[in-house]
Amino acid sequence: MSEIDVRLVDVVKRFGDSNAVDHITLDVNDGEFFSLLGPSGCGKTTTLRMIGGFEQPTSGLIELQGQDVTWLPSYKRNVNTVFQSYALFPHLTIEENVAFGLRRKGVKDAEVKSRVTDMLRLVELPGFEKRKPNQISGGQAQRVALARALINRPAVLLLDEPLGALDLKLRKQMQVELKRIQREVGITFIYVTHDQEEAMTMSDRIAVMNRGKYEQLGDPESLYERPQTRFVASFLGVSNLLAGTVDGTADGYALIKLADDTRLRVPVALVDGNAQIEVGIRPEKVRMNTPTDAIPAAANQLEGTVTDVAYVGVSTQYIVDSKSGIPMTVYEQNIERTTTGSLYRQGDAVRLSWLPEHTFVVGGAPAATPAG
Amino acid sequence: MTAPSLPVRRGPTGPSLRQRIGKATPYLLLAPGILWLLVFFILPTFQMFLTSVSTGSLDNGFKLTWSGAAYVTSLTKFGTQFENSLIYGGTATLLTFAIGFPVAYTIAFRGGRWKNFLLFIVIAPFFTSFLIRTISWKVLLLDNGPVLSFLRDVLHIIPADASVIGTPIAVIAGITYNFLPFMILPLYVALEKIDPRLIEAANDLYASRWGAFRRVTIPLALPGIFAGSILTFIPALGDYVNAILLGSPQTQMIGNVIQSRFLLLGDYPVAAALSFILMAAILVAVSIYARALGTEQLTG
Ligand SMILES: Nc1ncnc2c1ncn2[C@@H]1O[C@H](COP(=O)(O)OP(=O)(O)OP(=O)(O)O)[C@@H](O)[C@H]1O
Ligand SMILES: [Mg+2]
Repeated sequence: MSEIDVRLVDVVKRFGDSNAVDHITLDVNDGEFFSLLGPSGCGKTTTLRMIGGFEQPTSGLIELQGQDVTWLPSYKRNVNTVFQSYALFPHLTIEENVAFGLRRKGVKDAEVKSRVTDMLRLVELPGFEKRKPNQISGGQAQRVALARALINRPAVLLLDEPLGALDLKLRKQMQVELKRIQREVGITFIYVTHDQEEAMTMSDRIAVMNRGKYEQLGDPESLYERPQTRFVASFLGVSNLLAGTVDGTADGYALIKLADDTRLRVPVALVDGNAQIEVGIRPEKVRMNTPTDAIPAAANQLEGTVTDVAYVGVSTQYIVDSKSGIPMTVYEQNIERTTTGSLYRQGDAVRLSWLPEHTFVVGGAPAATPAG
Repeated sequence: MTAPSLPVRRGPTGPSLRQRIGKATPYLLLAPGILWLLVFFILPTFQMFLTSVSTGSLDNGFKLTWSGAAYVTSLTKFGTQFENSLIYGGTATLLTFAIGFPVAYTIAFRGGRWKNFLLFIVIAPFFTSFLIRTISWKVLLLDNGPVLSFLRDVLHIIPADASVIGTPIAVIAGITYNFLPFMILPLYVALEKIDPRLIEAANDLYASRWGAFRRVTIPLALPGIFAGSILTFIPALGDYVNAILLGSPQTQMIGNVIQSRFLLLGDYPVAAALSFILMAAILVAVSIYARALGTEQLTG
């Protein structure tokens, strides 16, 4: 048994004259919860459909557990799919829907019965056997779709935005449940979503896709803390990006000169020899200070004016127009709010600060193009 | 849970006029249809029933005698014609299904942007009269017509004295042709509604192409199959035009008998009795059929 369950090698899918999937190469490990995350139309579904066998790649290779399945029809693949629309068979009962795969494989009647019962218990739908798909709710249909796929004990389960149709509360609940089920059955999940929070909370690894390629692949933490492209930085959470040129080093930090001559410090390793970079910092890592507050010497500083304040319960979100002309988003936890009562208001002059270690760097360009 | 609703003004005495009209709306909408059925179907049917249990002649008038003689005559004398109706109508229905299903399937799943055009072609024959079309078939099927000439003189696969006009084959061919759109359209409607993702889901769950077709496509097309075969079979049973134009005295169907009893012989009681027997037979056949398809759907 191989460690790698699904392998895509240089896979391309062409529709008309554009590449829906554009040279993707990736490995999904056995038992992993792997997500394809990206905006609408970036090729997530197409990628999944090629793994499922509903679509043949224009070029490239697809392997399942070490076997080349590129041209194998879907019904011969040891893979099952939970469709975005659930695609439950409307003419069959829940029980018959769930049993469909086992029956096609010729599993004995008694075993089918007991496995269906077990499976419906796993997805917490016992007693729903005799209902038809139009007699259950959206969340229940989603669980039936999951049960119908899982019961076959596939090597890999493909899920295409399975929670897309559910309301927020149910979605959160189902996320937890899906994760629990995945741990219990230990099957590899390939999960498609355009919801970054969903991908972050559930996945072992995420491929962040854009225009038919993935821009970065990694675990949620490294994607969030160290995004490597502008797209990843802004698609996964909110980022403040400050463009500047590298202007010498000091104390193991590279100095980055912004448009207004402000200098920021960034760990040298992140600059990676580039001359033009964008310094990124997450809103929750930026501190708000009054212009007179003492600030640690090593911290980066940026002066600005508050232009917008939004109270969102756990935190307050500020937009601060920095002197360098770039609007900065800052989240401040509302820990001290009731005690101090002192809030920044629109129009207040503030000084933003953050530690160089909290920054990340995207969009490196080696040669400085002279500004004209 | 509670959707915001517009405030409803209530009079002190209960539901407003508007609410009352709202509740009555379904019945108001049904009323014209019910009235229509009552005047043009139920009353004539009742009248027909009375005729079928009357005795007399066109010249001396008919009297309501509650006699069953017309039914006895109907059931004993026209066995051949009933049999012909059943065989021709049944065969034609099977043929329209065999020809129509692939057509409807192709239009529904492979039609793409040609769908509407292809559907137009299916119903295009309706733009000419039923009679003209059937007479054209006669021309086609004549001994020296194009079909037989081709088979006899070019392909040499039928004997020199082969003839089709006047045989059941011609009648069945005519019925099949004339009722084909009634089979294709309901089938198309049912097939077109099938979500292709259901077929993919079946493939995903280890059903081969044929397996998915049998387990998903066919069961979901059943309402269309039912509607199409009923719409074909029932009028085909009572048809007499094809038998007159393409058949011979030996290929008479029950419709021909009813037609001649009513219009030529003036034997209203027997004609009415035959109509009733035909109606009863159709009702029985349809309910058996519906039941068969229904249980098939449950166990499929
Ligand atoms: N059958 C098809 N024919 C032509 N173009 C297609 C087809 N299927 C997908 N595409 C195109 O390929 C691109 C990728 O589509 P895909 O369905 O994979 O996107 P997605 O990432 O799943 O988006 P979403 O989040 O909206 O579902 C899109 O631009 C889409 O228009
Ligand atoms: Mg999609």
